[in-house]
Amino acid sequence: MYKILKRRELNSSVTLMEIEAPLIARKAQPGQFIILRVDEEGERIPLTIAGTDTDTGAVTIIFQVVGATTTLLNHKQEGECIHDFVGPLGRPTELEGLKSVCVVGGGVGCAIALPVAKKLHKMGCKVTSIIGFRSKDIVILEDEFEACSDNLVRMSDDGTWGRHGLVTAALEDLLTEDPKQFDEVIAIGPVIMMKFVCKVTEKYNVKTIISMNPIMIDGTGMCGGCRLTVGGETKFACVDGPDFDGHLVDFDEAMSRGAMYRNFEQHAYEETCNLFQKEVQ
Amino acid sequence: MAKANMSPVKNKMPQQDPAVRIRNFNEVALGYTAEQAVDEAKRCLGCKAHPCMTGCPVSIKIPDFIAKVAEGDFEGAFQVINQDSSLPAVCGRVCPQESQCEKYCVRGIKGEPVGIGRLERFVADYHREHCKEAPAKPEPNGHKVAIIGAGPAGLTCAGDLARLGYDVTIFEALHLAGGVLVYGIPEFRLPKAIVQKEVDNLVAMGVKVETNMVIGRVLDIDELMKDDGFEAVFIGTGAGLPRFLNIPGENLKGVYSANEFLTRTNLMKAYEKHPETPIMHAKNVAVVGGGNVAMDAARTAKRLGAENVYIVYRRSEEELPARREEVEHAKEEGVIFKLLNNPVEILPTETEDRALKGFVAGMKCIRMELGEPDASGRRRPVEVPGSEFVLDVDSVIIAIGTSPNPLIRNTTEGLDTNNHGCIVTHGEGGETSRTHVYAGGDAVTGAATVILAMGAGKHAAAAIHKQIMDK
Repeated sequence: MYKILKRRELNSSVTLMEIEAPLIARKAQPGQFIILRVDEEGERIPLTIAGTDTDTGAVTIIFQVVGATTTLLNHKQEGECIHDFVGPLGRPTELEGLKSVCVVGGGVGCAIALPVAKKLHKMGCKVTSIIGFRSKDIVILEDEFEACSDNLVRMSDDGTWGRHGLVTAALEDLLTEDPKQFDEVIAIGPVIMMKFVCKVTEKYNVKTIISMNPIMIDGTGMCGGCRLTVGGETKFACVDGPDFDGHLVDFDEAMSRGAMYRNFEQHAYEETCNLFQKEVQ
Repeated sequence: MAKANMSPVKNKMPQQDPAVRIRNFNEVALGYTAEQAVDEAKRCLGCKAHPCMTGCPVSIKIPDFIAKVAEGDFEGAFQVINQDSSLPAVCGRVCPQESQCEKYCVRGIKGEPVGIGRLERFVADYHREHCKEAPAKPEPNGHKVAIIGAGPAGLTCAGDLARLGYDVTIFEALHLAGGVLVYGIPEFRLPKAIVQKEVDNLVAMGVKVETNMVIGRVLDIDELMKDDGFEAVFIGTGAGLPRFLNIPGENLKGVYSANEFLTRTNLMKAYEKHPETPIMHAKNVAVVGGGNVAMDAARTAKRLGAENVYIVYRRSEEELPARREEVEHAKEEGVIFKLLNNPVEILPTETEDRALKGFVAGMKCIRMELGEPDASGRRRPVEVPGSEFVLDVDSVIIAIGTSPNPLIRNTTEGLDTNNHGCIVTHGEGGETSRTHVYAGGDAVTGAATVILAMGAGKHAAAAIHKQIMDK
């Protein structure tokens, strides 16, 4: 059992939790993920690590409530426990030797992009962050990005916060200005966003690393459910990734595979919501 | 000795009717009654040369335990088996007896061999149901050993060392101990309660089971030995990495590795009425492969409600690597064998509707015929030109084998592996190229059987004991 040390709602559908897992906290690197089960009968879901604290032994996860399992997790309070928490899984993001990087975060993906930006900043790398949200009321981690970015660009789809438009527009502007200013672009967010970021950077020939978060069960290479096509070859996100060269990833296939259980998930989500509503009544 | 029973056939195993069992996940074979067990035991001639024992990877004293069964001393029979095997309830159910002990049984020359596996199972089940004593906690000897992987090899190695007084910790990557016994082999062939009982027994003996520990990530072997004071490490991480066919369409929705399909149903209980883990309930399913895992997947698909389930195998029935009993059970349950066929492409649904796009619409296969024997001695299947046809399926399960997981070999310096990714060991005890690090089971041999893994775990336990005691 793994204790919830801290719980904070970042916006109406995104929650931060610090989980007591000292061994994982000691080892985890930016880019790696954990798999958790909320209760004994629970589903295993992967979540990328959003931060660690070796003093308190805490591993931070930030998740959006999108389905049954994240709803159950969101109902857990500080001091309560979750049943299983395993990690750190996957390969860490390779950051060594980078001098100037553009970190692009979209929505809740910003939670995963943050530890990468922080580490780069700490390494002395010049960090340009572009973070985008649908709207002002769901913005998360603005101050945290401010603290570790040399240049922070804020974007919103509806124009209620920062600049009106998608992250790709801001990225394109920066690259038109000076296509050689970044050694690398690291983009983390919805698959569709990462696909279009790669379309932009391909034009300017800038290496782009993206982080995949597909459906998986064990996270150790056993099920193959997380497989994707990278440069024409089948790779497992859990052991070969989750980071990949974005210019080689078959994003359309990844999006299609991500929707495999959409009907089931929608149904399970509604059932879980009903369950909690009944409890409230 | 009582007069031998000269019936040329085994006592039939009572089992659930096929029409009933394809609608549930309860165990298919129900086990002998005491009368049937005694009757079957009397078919054993108690040969002096005991050829059956030469076929057993852990050399169970088969004629001795069967003699006890014939006398009606079932607990005595258990004690005989227990000297050599620590998982008889499991092995009685999943060992390929027809190519091991029963293959050498003299009664098999003119008729069917003695049902050794069925008797082993009966004895183990009898003991489990009647013996209420918790296993004794041995006197600690003050030495610490780490076991990586809670599958058949690891559990066996842990049990043997615990009995000798070692302080044993098993590290398991999943949330539940048992390895392939819990994620792979289905409930209807090996009830999970049996595996749990074996794990509980180890815990009662003082073995610590640390789940959710991926060694190679959270801790590595050097840390276990240097920081945590383990004097020896046994690697029993199995062969969990699924192989794919590398044909077009393999990443369509509805294509599973057998590992994923079985893990979703077994470990994650997707077969339950309101599961938290989803699984596709396909109408027509093709399972590619001919081993036990393929049979497990096919029969699981049937139980999940598929109307037509096909086994697509590129060789003929004779070459099917699965246990005979599994093939028979699959046939009884209506699984259709498409032998001498090989898949060439998995076809996608052709629609612009995004909700339906990207699923499996069929599998293109080509017929095969057997040619000259290949390196394995089996006749090599060759394609029949122009014989392609499309099998109407909406799900495909790939069960063509697994390889060892690379995590340990990538994170343990100086650990030799071969070009198949298997850990290289020297001698029976499973010594690796690293001092005080041992390995056994599928991690060494590649995908093999539960009993071989168990045997390797036993031998490694003996070698570890010797090494530590000689220090």
